[in-house]
Amino acid sequence: MKVLLIDIDKCNGCYNCQIACKDEHVANDWSPIAKPQPDTGQFWHKVTDIVQGSVPKVRVRYMHDTCQQCDEAPCITACRSAAIYKRDDGIVIIDPEKCAGNRSCLDACPYNVIYFNTDLNISQKCTMCAHLLDEGWTEPRCVDACPTGALKFGEEEELKDLLASAETLPSDTPAKPRVYYLNLPNKYFIAGAVFDPMADEVLEGVTVSLISLESKRTITLQTDFFGDFWFEKQEPGRYSLKIEKTGYVAATLEPIEASKDLNVGDIALQPQGETHV
Amino acid sequence: MSEQVFMQCTVGGPVRVYVKDGVITRMRPIVFDDSVDAPSWLISARGKKYTPPRKTTLQTWEVPERQRVYNNRIQHPAKRKHFDPRGARHPELRGKDECERISWDEALEMVASEITRIRETYGPAAITAMTSSHHNWGFLHYKLGPLGRFFNILGYSQCLDNPDSWEGWHWGATHTWGYWWRLGHCEQSELLQDALKHAEQIIFWSVDPNSTSYMYSGQDNLIWRHWLKELGIQFVFIDPYDNCTSATMGDKWIAPRPGTDAALAEAIGYVWLTEDTYDHFFVENRTFGFDEWKKHILGGTDGIPRTPQWAAEICDLPASTITALAREWAAKKTMLAVGSIYGATGACRQAFATEWARLCIYLMAMQGFGRPGVNFWGGTAGAPPIDYRFKMFGYSDNGWDAFGNVAEKSYFPFGNPVTQKTYRILLPDIVMNPPVSWIGEGFCGNSIEQQFQRFTCPEEGPNGAPIKMIHRHGGSFISTMTETNKWVQMYQHPNLEFVVMQDCHWQSETKFGDIILPATTNFEHSDLSEWGAAGGYGLNDFNSNHRVCIYQHKCIEPLWESKPDYEIYTLLAERLGFREEYTEGRDFEDWIRIVFEKSDLPKHISYDEFKKKGYFVVPAMPPDEEPRVSFRWFYEGRPSDVYSEDRTPPGPPKTGAGLATPSGKVEFVSQTLAAFDPNDQERPPMARYIPSWEGYNTAELTEKYPLQLISPHPRFSYHTHNDNKSYWLDDIPGHRVKRDGYAWWPVRIHPSDAGARGVKDGDIVKMYNGRGTVLCAAHVTERVRPGTVHSYEAAAKYDPLEPGVAGSPDRGGCVNLLSPGKMVSKNVPGEAQNSCLVEIAKWEA
Repeated sequence: MKVLLIDIDKCNGCYNCQIACKDEHVANDWSPIAKPQPDTGQFWHKVTDIVQGSVPKVRVRYMHDTCQQCDEAPCITACRSAAIYKRDDGIVIIDPEKCAGNRSCLDACPYNVIYFNTDLNISQKCTMCAHLLDEGWTEPRCVDACPTGALKFGEEEELKDLLASAETLPSDTPAKPRVYYLNLPNKYFIAGAVFDPMADEVLEGVTVSLISLESKRTITLQTDFFGDFWFEKQEPGRYSLKIEKTGYVAATLEPIEASKDLNVGDIALQPQGETHV
Repeated sequence: MSEQVFMQCTVGGPVRVYVKDGVITRMRPIVFDDSVDAPSWLISARGKKYTPPRKTTLQTWEVPERQRVYNNRIQHPAKRKHFDPRGARHPELRGKDECERISWDEALEMVASEITRIRETYGPAAITAMTSSHHNWGFLHYKLGPLGRFFNILGYSQCLDNPDSWEGWHWGATHTWGYWWRLGHCEQSELLQDALKHAEQIIFWSVDPNSTSYMYSGQDNLIWRHWLKELGIQFVFIDPYDNCTSATMGDKWIAPRPGTDAALAEAIGYVWLTEDTYDHFFVENRTFGFDEWKKHILGGTDGIPRTPQWAAEICDLPASTITALAREWAAKKTMLAVGSIYGATGACRQAFATEWARLCIYLMAMQGFGRPGVNFWGGTAGAPPIDYRFKMFGYSDNGWDAFGNVAEKSYFPFGNPVTQKTYRILLPDIVMNPPVSWIGEGFCGNSIEQQFQRFTCPEEGPNGAPIKMIHRHGGSFISTMTETNKWVQMYQHPNLEFVVMQDCHWQSETKFGDIILPATTNFEHSDLSEWGAAGGYGLNDFNSNHRVCIYQHKCIEPLWESKPDYEIYTLLAERLGFREEYTEGRDFEDWIRIVFEKSDLPKHISYDEFKKKGYFVVPAMPPDEEPRVSFRWFYEGRPSDVYSEDRTPPGPPKTGAGLATPSGKVEFVSQTLAAFDPNDQERPPMARYIPSWEGYNTAELTEKYPLQLISPHPRFSYHTHNDNKSYWLDDIPGHRVKRDGYAWWPVRIHPSDAGARGVKDGDIVKMYNGRGTVLCAAHVTERVRPGTVHSYEAAAKYDPLEPGVAGSPDRGGCVNLLSPGKMVSKNVPGEAQNSCLVEIAKWEA
């Protein structure tokens, strides 16, 4: 059974996958696996950039949306003309001949990755380039075009070790996707910087504690050479930040609402015994 | 017909091309065949082993190459409707006129007879010709091939290129470290191993390798930067824009105001001097003039110490950040990602850019570059342990006659009887307002003296002539030169009697031609090449994981009536009576075979096998070969031993253990500049921060145009090569933004600047200044610092609301309509795109 594994941290947003899909499917008829994809408007493998944080602590990640090749695919049960089937290798195919264009699969899909082709009156989506796999190719075009190995394709058994720490996309309906993700952008950074306003210098080695106001769990780290602290991959929630260094008046920031990547800004730590100017 | 599979190479990597019934259906990278193809190299570093993937990679812009072949092509020879070579020429209608289809015979006859007439009336110097910066890949067919040989035999005013992507390094760094034979870039050799083993930090100063630094090499070196990150090597980025590498791989983003980089550099030097965190031995033994610089930085010359507080005001950065950066840099073994062609972006294309480039070298000298882990390198070229000794030609190896590498007679540099030159960036003025003078021979790769040579066009004396004819090849200069409404005016000027546009596609400027000649893409003719090999000035700057030589198969028949460039020039040469000199009686396959024979390929593979298979992987360096790292020889005080500096003429001078400067050392005070003009305050012998002639500091301009526009090379098109042809790129919002049925060029603006102007994300805005107006889609983002806007240069679509009217608002996104025509400084004839003030307002059509 085939799986696709997408490591978001290895994606640099080159879009080769999105375009290689076009190169394979636009103006090429791979019936009975797929009819041609329209020139634009459909993205069987779609890349979306997510920009978060604020100057100068900004990160970009790239989300990949494609058919999840579900083992319990809601589209298969929703289709009124029995046009959608699952192959032995796990790939879900919409038979372009049988598709009657009633669009029920589009509504049923929890991931919004099925498109409708009005010219051909059929639903269309990623086929994992099954027409190529059937010819002996080892991977679909999106994976072939990936320069970093952010996309991996293969037998579930072969990728077992990597899949152990991977997750699938959540959905309202249980669908059992065959597309797995590493480092999904559903956890966020909480970052900032600490400086001494009197000395006009950043403060290295400041102890910064991030305390979850819900679970009371505390993580502690030291500011780096730039006085920066980065709490990576935190769950969304409400937090308190405690900033301490010997010889300085400790500071607390709360509550911090983290629903996305967050730069709390530059924090001035006042030396003890000095009056604020 | 069954499916056929061919081999080809593009400007962004080699491709396997699948063809069915004479139509290309698919292109993909090469996956190596382990049973035949040479094994890859292996590097051991810090307990890990690194070896590259067994395939080639493609640059994003080449993945939709199938669309570039079929879209927006010039199908037939054409003539501008109101152009009559025997009567009224109506130059004022260039860009507005319709085009009429004519036959090849008519078109060639008209071009040949106009060339003859202009030569007889004004002399051969009245003709100039040029290609775009980049073109269809192929050693023989690339930009220095068919056009160069043709015009050098004919005789013409050579159009000198300005080093448009790295001006500051060319006109500045050469006076600090030599390397004029590399046009100001330093040597780059075996730095991947050195970085993986020893470096602790890379500082990318105005450098974005994930976007632009692959050059021709697909995305092969991206994996190196992942390895560096895996080993915990810190990436620091200095850029007003949180560039694509910074945004995904950066550990620290420092965003100074555009145009103030030199001030930041001086302040870093101040911290090192006052805290004594620099390499005294290196400074004393490998540099010249350090004490004078030290005095200047500490305030001993003008009473202004270049403190972090001083720079903070100028750069709009916290002084504490500047101090921290300086300390971190001195504390860690640091590579600085500038100094090579792959480290050439915004900061070297601005007013007084020579100063920042030179200061970068000063700083690295203070840290003793050449020792393990301390060097000029940004995770790109000159890096892997591939075999630099294998001989294969690069496209610039013989200057403006690639055929001359293997021909019985080369026509460059001594074929052209005309001594008059034009200068690309000044061409509109040269045509419209002659005479025009400038100092510096464009690419000064033969000697430092070329930088000081004086030119005037028309040349004085009987052999000079005003420019009357332009023959153009390839992409658009309206998109890539500066203040380019001038190009529109030039094309419509009565001084210009004849314009030929020879191209594959309807580019921005094609409609300005009187005669239009349709050329094939590389997929419609054969050629051979090495992937990524620029040769000449690039001297082995290999940027990919494997050296791969390609037999570029003709995959499909020429589309519509197009012909290969070589064939077009052969037919013109025949009409003008020099076909024999041009072709030496050879057909094209003969040329390919000679190149093959004169390379090292025959030592490994037969011609027939190479042609059939389509590619050859050059074996990697033997694993026991000791790496010869850039500048290690200089650091250790012995003669240079790097392979890359020992090949192509003119080559480096034999200076023993020194650099090619008068002192053989890094010159803090340049003796070449002091000899040329010791009183030049705009490029003084000793580099310093000089406030821009257009920037945050020019109050008379900022009142009307308060935003600073930076326009680096684009991420999703190789200059103008792919945009407006490969339309799948338009689905990438970072490339173009689709709105109301039109694909707009984005401009990035900070939320605070957008809010102040009532601009929302996705709004169509007009970006304007006294030089022009460009309509763009606003992208409101935290990736750009407040006060700065960012929009890539090189949109390949010039689409003014009123066609052919200079100054009409452009919908296509050619932001160089706005950039200043003023050059870097009075004696530095380079582009300064990033010294550009604009204002932005919501566009109400």
